[in-house]
Amino acid sequence: MPDEVLSGKLIVIEGSDGSGRTTEVERLKETLEIEGHAIVDTGLRRSTLVSERIDLAKQGHTLASTTMALLYATDYADQLENKIIPSLAAGSTVLADRYIYTLMARAVVRGASRQWAQQLYGFALRPDLTIFLDARPEILLHRAISKYGSLDYWESGMDLSISPDRFESFLEYQARLRREFAWMMQAYAFVPVDANRHPDQVHQDVLKLVLPLYAPAKRRRGAGPPPSAQTGPSTASA
Amino acid sequence: MADPSAAPRGYPGRLIVFEGLDGSGKSTQARLLGKWLAAKGYRVFFTEWNSSDLVSATIRRGKKQGLLTPTTFSLLHATDFADRFERQILPPLRAGYLVVCDRYSFTAFARDEARGCSPEWVRNLYQFAPRPDRTYYFRVPVAVTFRRKRASRMKISYYEAGMDLGLADNIDDSYKLFQARLKREYDRMADANGFTIIDARGSVEDIQQQLREDLRPVLEGFPTGERLQHEG
Repeated sequence: MPDEVLSGKLIVIEGSDGSGRTTEVERLKETLEIEGHAIVDTGLRRSTLVSERIDLAKQGHTLASTTMALLYATDYADQLENKIIPSLAAGSTVLADRYIYTLMARAVVRGASRQWAQQLYGFALRPDLTIFLDARPEILLHRAISKYGSLDYWESGMDLSISPDRFESFLEYQARLRREFAWMMQAYAFVPVDANRHPDQVHQDVLKLVLPLYAPAKRRRGAGPPPSAQTGPSTASA
Repeated sequence: MADPSAAPRGYPGRLIVFEGLDGSGKSTQARLLGKWLAAKGYRVFFTEWNSSDLVSATIRRGKKQGLLTPTTFSLLHATDFADRFERQILPPLRAGYLVVCDRYSFTAFARDEARGCSPEWVRNLYQFAPRPDRTYYFRVPVAVTFRRKRASRMKISYYEAGMDLGLADNIDDSYKLFQARLKREYDRMADANGFTIIDARGSVEDIQQQLREDLRPVLEGFPTGERLQHEG
């Protein structure tokens, strides 16, 4: 990645639908703004370049898994270069509602090798803090049903043909994702937060992790995810 | 997602690839070869890598808003290739067809590396693409392709000329410099990837003869369409 000084902080909240992730991102943003920090939010499928394409593909279920993984990577790369890096360089905090880890987990659960997924995101920026809102699939299931009245096709992993029964498919798919996250938690030093609890409790735990980032003594940041930050394409020739 | 690194060839079909610069004559030869194979009774599937609507529309939009970088440019093309691969290339290979590809992942390697992306990163992107049974590299001096391009009066596009790299202000000069870079990348890949080098300055007929001759061992024992459809 470029050598420019990125003085802002990149904070990532990961977690499945129903883990309370979006609620927590909103609360965290509110709290940090009150503390006087400039927040830029980001998430999946929000690039100017390809987000509409992804929406179209999801509706029609038309793209196979490798294609979809690459389309999402394009979406991330566009946001990274046109939004995340400029915002960090300007000293803002970038708050990501999901990040590359969700994309890697989805690809691996669909049969990609971990090595392929890791290298694919070799150009990515390593967050200052990644919090994983960890909730059991059964809890996610009840929250999804009480909120939407039904289970989403993609969140149930229906494209994997695990089971024609959406209920069973949801539980199995979420369990597989959770196993992948458990592995990544070690590899990328995520901090798990127990998301089976009430949102207020979750928020308190998140604040305990986030606020120390702004303590004057600890001003460090790393660039690029493991296993190597050297594998990305150079952006020098633009 | 297929993991091609696991099995060198997890399908009964054969993959024949044509690579080279624009104007090297590879498309003409690929089509002629496809015709010949079909006439011999083989099941042939012909596919060319022209930018799909996904890529061309997105690139148009990205260019207008100044959004594209070498990384997003590369990822967009990889997405496009994956879509073509998963939809058009892999199914006929699994059904036992001869698949003739006008451009394959090597086109992307050459282009992305000429734009400064890391070779290791780009190769990993395309790990899902299996190694072809034959890769014909149509080698030709850039001056020749430039003359052909000018003679055909086809417009040289912005990206074809690598104008985004800022090599030259003038589109003709930029085209020559960029195509020379692509040629260097192809030349560099030739050995490591087992390309069969075709001197593209020869006559159409001679080159076609050469290809048909070279393909014989690949076709050895390969079933024709009749045998695929009816048992016994």
